[in-house]
Amino acid sequence: MRPRPGRALLVPAVLLLLATLDWTYIGTEQFVNALTIGAVYALIALGYTMVYGIIELINFAHGDIFMVGSFVTYWLLSSLGFNGTISDPPLLAVVLVGAFLVTMVLLGVVGVVIERFAYRPLRNAPRLAPLITAIGVSFILQNIIQIFFGPSPISAPQVIDVQARVSIGGIDISVVKLFVIAIAFILMIALQTFVSRTRMGRAMRSTAIDRDAAQLMGVDINTTIAVTFFIGSALAGAAGVVQVLYLGTTNFQLGFQAGLKAFTSAVLGGIGNITGAALGGFLIGFIEVNSTVAGLSRWSEAIVFGILVLVLVFRPTGLLGQQLGERA
Amino acid sequence: MSAGRLQGGGAPLGLLPGALRGSAERFAGRHQSLAVLVGVALVGALLPLVISVPPFSGFGNRNDFVDGFANAGVFVLLALGLNVVVGLAGLLDLGYAAFFAIGSYAYAYGASPFSHLDVPFWPMLVVGALVAATFGILLGAPTLRLRGDYLAIVTLGFGEIVPVVFTNSDTYTNGTNGISAVYQPSLHGLFGIGSFGFGNPWPYYITVLMIVAIAMILLYRLQDSRLGRAWVAIREDEVAAASMGINTVTTKLLAFAIGASTAGLAGVFNASKLSIVSPDQFGFTVSFTVLAMVVLGGMGNIWGVAIGAFTLYEIQSVFLKQLTNFVQGLHLPAVDLGFLRLDISGIDFVQYQFLLYGLALVAMMLLRPEGLFPSRQRKRELHESAEEAAESNEDVVQT
Repeated sequence: MRPRPGRALLVPAVLLLLATLDWTYIGTEQFVNALTIGAVYALIALGYTMVYGIIELINFAHGDIFMVGSFVTYWLLSSLGFNGTISDPPLLAVVLVGAFLVTMVLLGVVGVVIERFAYRPLRNAPRLAPLITAIGVSFILQNIIQIFFGPSPISAPQVIDVQARVSIGGIDISVVKLFVIAIAFILMIALQTFVSRTRMGRAMRSTAIDRDAAQLMGVDINTTIAVTFFIGSALAGAAGVVQVLYLGTTNFQLGFQAGLKAFTSAVLGGIGNITGAALGGFLIGFIEVNSTVAGLSRWSEAIVFGILVLVLVFRPTGLLGQQLGERA
Repeated sequence: MSAGRLQGGGAPLGLLPGALRGSAERFAGRHQSLAVLVGVALVGALLPLVISVPPFSGFGNRNDFVDGFANAGVFVLLALGLNVVVGLAGLLDLGYAAFFAIGSYAYAYGASPFSHLDVPFWPMLVVGALVAATFGILLGAPTLRLRGDYLAIVTLGFGEIVPVVFTNSDTYTNGTNGISAVYQPSLHGLFGIGSFGFGNPWPYYITVLMIVAIAMILLYRLQDSRLGRAWVAIREDEVAAASMGINTVTTKLLAFAIGASTAGLAGVFNASKLSIVSPDQFGFTVSFTVLAMVVLGGMGNIWGVAIGAFTLYEIQSVFLKQLTNFVQGLHLPAVDLGFLRLDISGIDFVQYQFLLYGLALVAMMLLRPEGLFPSRQRKRELHESAEEAAESNEDVVQT
């Protein structure tokens, strides 16, 4: 298909129109909620889509990385003695930067370790073998967290005051939600820049297109894949921090549902495509919030997957995806 | 196809000594259905004997074991059905539990005080399989255009939607509580071993053995039939298969339907055994466990898949749950290393069961990436030059 001029603008235009219509339907408060939930899904979806793009593995342990991220944040904050809102702005900034940095780096390392021991040995094995080890890793992560933190949901300190609100251009927005959305956008732009501008980003893109050819051109495949896992897992870790800041609660089974939604986002947007994953994440956030507003919250999951099926029936490669090979 | 036929008893025959193995393989090659029947009967007779011997008898009493075997039979059936979809036709289905749920609910609705339809168990086996097969076709139809992992996510979606629908359609399914007091099968004194009930697992064990044997015979026949070859052709290269005159639409739908009907059988049996059906029994974990069983057993090899399912079920539901008692029973002395006191008998292994299960999955996959008993035909295909495979994939992309 040749790209036609104007076609590139069509999708954003339609989305903008839909968003505006939706804003009037669900109201500002719910609109911001949808953006916030969507931001969390998008952050997790990025890791899914990056890993899939580079080694064609549905990394089912990825949702659990997000869950571990939320527990690391909880552990970090509570062991440093923060039990509630921090009202001192400089201290809050330091705590937030520290929480994001530590969680993201730690989870990135966890991701690299998982890749090294559970996926790399199976890189040339039948395609379903790493999928099964991914499920195994998911069980392992859940059980470890359950042993350390117990099976019941825990309430984590929300260091940003949830009641605080700011007014931007006459629109009243909760500070936490604004912060979450901003962080998500900053990370996504940083990722996009990294992938499209740096040497390592180019290595990642070429490995995704053709691993053997990339290797012949001097790309260090193992390092490239490890970096992909590091970044993807770090982003899931960031989503974990966001979970604690925004909702202030977590449990060891959180990863599964969130991972499922995030994976759906990645597929909806076109798996392997970074912009697509972000778009899919926000779309799912909106679908969920809209079905709740319409009084169908019991059906929200069925609606999410129903829409996914519909989209894939008419666009079998997702909204922004390209045709992929079939390897079962 | 002779290689395919020989697999009739391939997996368990590997355990026999050389001379016996040769003649057994010849027998399995000539009388495949009979060989399967004899194989299942032998395994079925040996299992209750094996568990009365020491290392195993430490894990629990005999009736509990037989009860566990009957439950394992349910998963063997599920794995056999999923093997058709994933192993033979190469369609990755991550929502297979949906059909298990549909079969279970079909039986619970047809045979419980909830609806007062009171259909007996035996005809309901057929009805459950047919209902599940119908849904297999209904859910399969929209996915026909999808390839590879996009298919996986849509089936995953169906797997999530079906329990939600069952939870919310209170009129037909009694919502979250599920349908309880589902009738148990009645066949007075089956072979003089008593009637179906919670206290007596033997009739269930024998019933599930029979269902498994029949399913295996039918699946072997199907695998060697024109349809079975069409499935394999589609798995290897859909475009080439279509150009050879295979109707890919009906072939794929039949794979979904037959896979689903096997899950329907398993569902009916499971509902009659547990006597309660509720939406939370059919989560994503079930779909994944069954997929792990198929992959671990060796995709495409019917006996391998059955053994994989049995092994994984026993590890997950018996071995890991009883490990604490078993280790305590061994009375191992505590090891004191000065800085570290290691008292194995004091460890509560139940707390670590998912950790151990996960480690077992990872370890087994790392050691046998093609499964415990890889299908011979598939093994040959997998070890063909990788470039050829890559090229054929490129061709698919271009269409």
